[in-house]
Parts: sequence; structure tokens; C-alpha cells
Amino acid sequence: MNKISSINEFVIKFANVNGSGSASANQMFAKGIFRSGIPVSPKNIFPSNIQGLPTWFEIRASEKGYLGRKAGIDFMVAMNPQSYAQDVAEINPGGYLLYDSSWKRDFKREDINIIEVPLTTLCVDEFNNPKTRLLFKNLVYVGALSYLMNINKDIFIKLIEEQFKGKEKLIAPNVQALEIGFKYAKKHLVDACKIKVNQTNLTDGMILTNGNNAGGLGCVYGGATVCTWYPITPSTSLAESYKKYCDQLRVDENTGKNKFAFVQAEDELASIGMAIGANWNGARAFTATSGPGISLMTEFIGLAYFAEIPVVIFNIQRGGPSTGMPTRTQQSDILSCAYASHGDTKHVILIPSDPKECFEFSADSFDISDRLQTPIFVLSDLDIGMNDWTCPEFEWDDNKKFDRGKVLSKDDLDSMESWGRYLDVDGDGIPFRTLPGTHPEKGAYFTRGSSHDEYARYIEDGEVNARNLSRILKKFEGAYKFLPKPIFKQETNASSNGLIYFGSTEAAMQESLDQLSCSGFPIDAMRIRSFPFGPEVWDFIDQHETIFLVEQNRDAQMKTLIVSEGNVNPEKFISILCFDGSPITANFISESISDVLLNKNTSQPAEEIK
Amino acid sequence: MTYIVKPVNHHPNLEKNKLGLTRRDYEGTISTLCAGCGHDSISAAVIEACYDLSISSDQIAKLSGIGCSSKSPSYFLNQAHGFNSVHGRMPSVATGANLGNKDLLYLGVSGDGDTAAIGIGQFMHAARRQLNITYIVENNGTYGLTKGQFSATNDQGSKSKYGEENVFAPIDLPTMAIQLGAGFVGRSFSGDKQQLVPLLKAAMKFEGFSLIDIISPCVTFNNHLGSTKSFDHIREHNESVSSLDFVPIGKEIKTTYKEGTKVDVPLHDGAMLTLEKLSKKYNPLDKGQAIQSLNEAEKNGKVLTGLLFINPEVKDHAEILNISDTPLNQLAEKELCPGAKKLAKINASLN
Repeated sequence: MNKISSINEFVIKFANVNGSGSASANQMFAKGIFRSGIPVSPKNIFPSNIQGLPTWFEIRASEKGYLGRKAGIDFMVAMNPQSYAQDVAEINPGGYLLYDSSWKRDFKREDINIIEVPLTTLCVDEFNNPKTRLLFKNLVYVGALSYLMNINKDIFIKLIEEQFKGKEKLIAPNVQALEIGFKYAKKHLVDACKIKVNQTNLTDGMILTNGNNAGGLGCVYGGATVCTWYPITPSTSLAESYKKYCDQLRVDENTGKNKFAFVQAEDELASIGMAIGANWNGARAFTATSGPGISLMTEFIGLAYFAEIPVVIFNIQRGGPSTGMPTRTQQSDILSCAYASHGDTKHVILIPSDPKECFEFSADSFDISDRLQTPIFVLSDLDIGMNDWTCPEFEWDDNKKFDRGKVLSKDDLDSMESWGRYLDVDGDGIPFRTLPGTHPEKGAYFTRGSSHDEYARYIEDGEVNARNLSRILKKFEGAYKFLPKPIFKQETNASSNGLIYFGSTEAAMQESLDQLSCSGFPIDAMRIRSFPFGPEVWDFIDQHETIFLVEQNRDAQMKTLIVSEGNVNPEKFISILCFDGSPITANFISESISDVLLNKNTSQPAEEIK
Repeated sequence: MTYIVKPVNHHPNLEKNKLGLTRRDYEGTISTLCAGCGHDSISAAVIEACYDLSISSDQIAKLSGIGCSSKSPSYFLNQAHGFNSVHGRMPSVATGANLGNKDLLYLGVSGDGDTAAIGIGQFMHAARRQLNITYIVENNGTYGLTKGQFSATNDQGSKSKYGEENVFAPIDLPTMAIQLGAGFVGRSFSGDKQQLVPLLKAAMKFEGFSLIDIISPCVTFNNHLGSTKSFDHIREHNESVSSLDFVPIGKEIKTTYKEGTKVDVPLHDGAMLTLEKLSKKYNPLDKGQAIQSLNEAEKNGKVLTGLLFINPEVKDHAEILNISDTPLNQLAEKELCPGAKKLAKINASLN
């Protein structure tokens, strides 16, 4: 029997039943590999369900740092008889299947290696309580894997100790469960697995965290004092992360009072309304939501745009349209954010590609929003938001100061002859604002979503309204100066073919570019990090004959945005589109591109659609 | 509507309040509502209340939704910041504003369409959260700006200007607010300044959610025979439960009351509300009884006015959330950003 043999490069998948306590054991296993020095990308593939439906946890380990999802499983831990058939089918030839052999099965695949561990029997023998038996099964397989893959068992023991800090009673039985699996494998499964983990130091200086945790922390560092939100997958954990870090970092030591407000609103209409109200008063405030929430918020987003009130909106994108696939990933809200709300509106978007950028863009978004006095979208997705990523440690420069933008103080107002809330005095389209309560006689004005003149007075004069709309556009057009610039994979362009991508696609991109290069198709790549696009984006497009635009949506929304904003020829673009809800893979990108390049002179390339 | 600036010349001998300001200093722009609109009387009452309380306008934020009522904040307190938000959503904007700076006085101005229909959810949740706001509903039972459709507070059987009969039961906002836990609930009539001004002052001083439902007849679309929100109908069916006197801190109580009818309610800052009960049965501190009386009055075609319910024990939203004494919008950067050292610890917890 052929056995896949690999060191520090493999994909392992766990098939479990939702609500069976598997998630924490699987996460512990991923962290065990990470602590062995191997970069990992665990992905939780879960149903919109609390208990009973199938759920999967996929871990790619790669010392090359290729952390995109990869189709084909090298090692499957099949814990859910409901999904045996599909799980077994996914295993690569020569791969491994570990299952609970308390009930023996014939899986009818001759080309894979079956590893039998009687998990239930082992737990029944050792533990009395039926509920703990069920939970401990998960740790028993972690123990078995620790032996099979040669992962230092002490790493897992330490992880158990950390996890149950404060509940010390639970440490011993958990370690016991781990040992049961380890001992069983040592006795019965010698040389059963040729996939091994060899300790390295590749994860020194790295952390394993998800984008929502990072985004919530970024809000604390960015000075946000108000979080108003409504629960919606996959954004909920961002708001909860903000609360978690505020509880640690923002409670006054002397008074025990909160230097933050955390409000679960009655719906998304209220959550954005509250965030706008707080920002109107000069408190940095944000809301976190996903596609359906953005749809509900659009009226208020138009108000903030037109009345020029800063507000930060996190959109952790999920599969759409409508309720869609709440627990799957997509990049399909680009247009609904860029042009959210009725009338002529355009919005600034930041697009992070990993948790580190989620932290940085989150903190920076408040400066940008205050500077531009407009809503800022931080457009992440479920893959970044809810899955743990191996990424560099967060950094903070203590010399950095908040940029509160053009806000007039009492002294400013005293020294001014006259002031107009919507008057562009220095040519950048950005007016000065005042905050309520600043001055007893000066600076008060009426904020409104109805048409207004430079002095915030209600008007129905079309010319005045057009003048105001043009000024807001001017502000928007200069916005790129404050936004993160695109990232280039190459120092200088070397190909006539360019590739544009953004967001979570980053995880698959280096591997894909390496594959293309090996196949004789080197390609220049640019990652877009914000909208509106700056000159670097237009230059890159100009410098290439063909542009492959990789997106995780059906309708090539980024292409639409580029073509409509830049007046560039749409013929130049070939879209590579993945919208099945799973994170895009390197193989899919490189195969789609090489197919096009191979056939370029024969037939007209159709848009590649997965 | 256009923006009309009022002349600023004052008569030199105008009476001044503690801040040295005259009533005119509390005015806004000239109203563009219909002549005789009840809402303009309410604006005048707001001016009177703020003048009497000697509040500096810059410490007030006036917020509204959309509709005739929501235009009216332009017509008072020129030196206060105003926010004319979107239809029915003023409560959320006010909630956020209050989170940002809990020290300002929030005046919410809404109408029956804005509050009882499109915005009923936000209204209910603001009451439930005990948002510290004086929430005024300028209630005329009709959609004026869109020319006379029924609103959700319009009484069943009441007739529109065009003779159409309203077939749906009304929503009674005070009853609902009391049920939801609002700390201060009153009702008044735009034509009764004597009742309205003390009620407004008490509401502004109250720390928590104060609703004042003010019947404010629409002279253009809902002031005819057959309407239950007309001036004539309200004057005939108005039944006041109490007469209210607001006594600021340190002032002597001068009004005299009949034995056994007086109730003193201390407010948070030491000011005192003195109520004379006009009905022996009515106790504004009793939630159940207040709701029962409102239900009975409705059955009998009466409009109960005055201070309907007060719970002086409530904590407001900011207090419930344990928000720091310094308003959140005034916290310095060093109090907000934890810095690099703390970040190193967080990094260590993630590897």
C-alpha cells in the first residue's frame, strides 16, 4: 500500500458532529502544529446550526508558508458516520483515514490507509460520565495524532493547562484522555503514518489569530469608545473581541467605570444610527455587520455620507445574496458597499488580507474617517474573520497620534470671523466641523440629510446643491492619499500579464504565482487594499496588456468597480471567479490562468467560472 | 421651506434669566409650518422651559426624525446643535449621541408618524434602555407633509378631512412607554402652556427616558368636526390627572395645596417636583394604576393629561452601562490607546 510521505506539508481534515465539543480539540491540534514551528491555516467549515449537523475542520500545515485552502485531503479524521461517504471520497490516494473503530466499517477504498482507533470503547473503559466520554473522544484522537505525526506531546499538555487555567480540576482528565490516545497509537499503530511534523522555528515572531479578534483589538487601539452592533454571522466575534479587550484594557482602575460603551442594538438600523450619533458628538464609534446588515443600513449610510459624519463599518462578508450561506465566505459586497445608499454616493473601503492588516486597518480607519468625515468600510470576510491565520505579530508605534481631522476647538471658534460647516476653505473638499457643547455662542449648526448650503442651511436651490455634491466628490477623489497603497509581489514589472487580487485571496496567491512561474507563465501581481484607487492601481493596469482579476464572487464586482471608476477598457480583463463559498485555492487560480494563456491564440477565452 | 433669519434686535428692557439671557436668545429661525400649527406653540413652550431653567443652549442637543414635527427644532434654540436624522430613527441617533457625551441635555422631537409607525421599534428600545432624553411627540394623528393620511395614533372611528373613517385601533404611546419601563411619562396639549411648560421642565431635569406625548392639532388636515385630534375635541375631552409645579434646587415651595392631594417627587439633582393630584384615585408612582387609568379613560373617550407616571428610582442608560464620569468624547488619547507594551502581552497570548 502506498503511503503519502511528507514532512511539514500536509492537509488534515476533521469531520465532526456540530455541538460535540470537537472545535476546541481541533483548534488545540492546529495550535500544536503551530507551536511546533510549522505555519498552519485551520479552517472551520461549519453549518448554520447549534447542534447535530455535520461540521468540518481543515488544517493546512506548510513550512513553505502556503496557507491557502487546498483541495484533496492527506489525512482524514472521520468522526461523523453521517458524512463518511463524502469524507472518504475526499482523501487523496495514499492518504490516511482515522475513524472510531468501536464500530467497524468497510470503506471500500483500496487506495487509502485505514487507521483504526476504538475511541468510544477507550473512553467507555476510562470515564464514567456519558457526557465527558463524548467530549474526551476528541482529545483521544488528538493524543493518537500526536504519536502518529510525531508532534511533541508536551506541547498539547501545556495547551490543556493553558486552556483550563482557573479550572484546574479539568486538567488531569483532559491530559488523561490525551495520554489514552497516545498510548493506544504507540502500542497498535507503529509506522502507520508517514506524515510527520519536524520542529522548526518558522513561527517565531508569528501569532495564530483571526481577523475579527484582530479587528476588535484594532478598534481599541484606534480609540473607539462606542461599539453598537447587532448579532450576525460572521461579524459577531469582532464586536465581542472589542468588548473582551475593553474589559481588559479600558476599565478605570480607580473607579471601575468603563471607558467604552458596548451596546447590542435592536437591529442594524439602530446599530448604525447609534454609531453615527456617537461620531456626531465626536466619540469614535463603529458597528460590525455582514451583507444583510449592510442592506438594512444603507439609508443611514447615505445620511452620514451627505451630512459628512465619520463612522466606521466593518463588513465581514459571507455568502450571498439574501440570507445566502451565512457560514461560508465570499467577496460579494464590493459594489453594495462602494455605492451604498440612494442618490450619488461613493464610499471609502479598506480591504485587509489577514489578521495583521485587520488590526492595522481597523485602528487606522478611525483616523481616516475623522479626516475625511465620511463612512469608512473595512471589508473583510468570513475566511479572514473567523478562521485563525498564521501572521506576523501585531505592531504599534507609541509615537503615533490620533488624527481627529478638522475639528474646531473653542479657541478656534473665538478667533474666527465666520465659519461654514460645509465650506471648503483650503481646497481639499474637506470642511471644518464643530462638536456639540464646544462653545456657548458659536459653531452650532443643524445637521441634516436634506439639501443644504455651505452654512448648513436648508436650501432647495439646485445650483447650491450641485455645488455641494461636487465638493463632496472632490473630497472623495483626494481620499486615496490617506489610504493603504496596493502591494506588489514583484519589485519591477516583468510580464505583459498582470494579476489583480485582494482580501483573503492573499492566502492562496504566493503558491499560485510560484506554480505559474514553474509552468512558464511568470506574472506580475498587485493586491488592492483600498478604494478609491490611487495612481499606482491605474499605472499597473496601464502597464499590462492583459489583467487577470481574481475575485471570490460571481459577477466580477471589482472589475465593474475598476472599469466604471477608471474608464479603462473592459476587454483587457479576464476574470477568475470563485464563488462556491469555500476559500479560493492556489490550484484553481493557476489552472484557470494557465488554461487561458495556453489557449490564448486559439479560441476566445471565456471567463473562467468555477 | 426656506431658511429665514429672524431679526436679532432686542427690546433693551427684556427680562433676563440667571445666565443673563432673554427668551429671544432661545429662539430659532422663523417657522415655516402652517399658521396656527400646534407645533409652534410647543416650540414656544420649549423656549420658555429652557429660559426658565437657565440652560445654556450649547449644552442642549436637539434631535429629530422626519416630518412636520421634526422640522420644528429649527424654530427654537439657535445656539444648540441640531440633528434632523432619518425617518423614525432619531432614537438611535440620540442613543449614540448620549453614549458619546452623556452630559448634554438631549431633546428629541418627533411626531406620531415618526414614532408610532416607522420608528416604533427604535422608540420602544430607547424607552426600554432608559435613554436620558426628553422625547417629545408632537401628536396630530395625521401625516401632514404628505397631505393628510391617517397615522397610527389616530382614533378608531375618527374621520379624515375627506370624510374617510379610520378603521384601526390607535396606539397609545404613553401606555406603551409606561409598560416598557420609561421613567417619566406625561401627556399634554399644545394649547395648554400652563400645563406643558412645567411638564417640560420636569422632563428635562429627569435623568432617564421622559416621554411627553403632546396632542398638537394639525390645522390644515386634522382640525375638523369628526376628528378626535382637533382643538375643539381635545378641549372638550381633556382630563388632567394632576397639576404640576417644578421647583428648582434651593427654591422655596410656594404653591398651596389641599390636604392629602400633594405628592413631592425628588429628582436626581435635588430639585423637587410637586404634584397636586386632581383625582384622589390617581397615583403617578404606581405603574399598574397608571396603565389602568389610561385604559379606562380611552374607553370613556377621555384624553388623560398631566404627569401620568414617574419612577424616580431609575438609572439612565449611561449609568446602567457604567460609563466613566468623563464623557467618552472627552477621554484623552492616552486613556484610550493601550500602547505597544500591552500589545506585546497580547501578542504573547496569541502564539
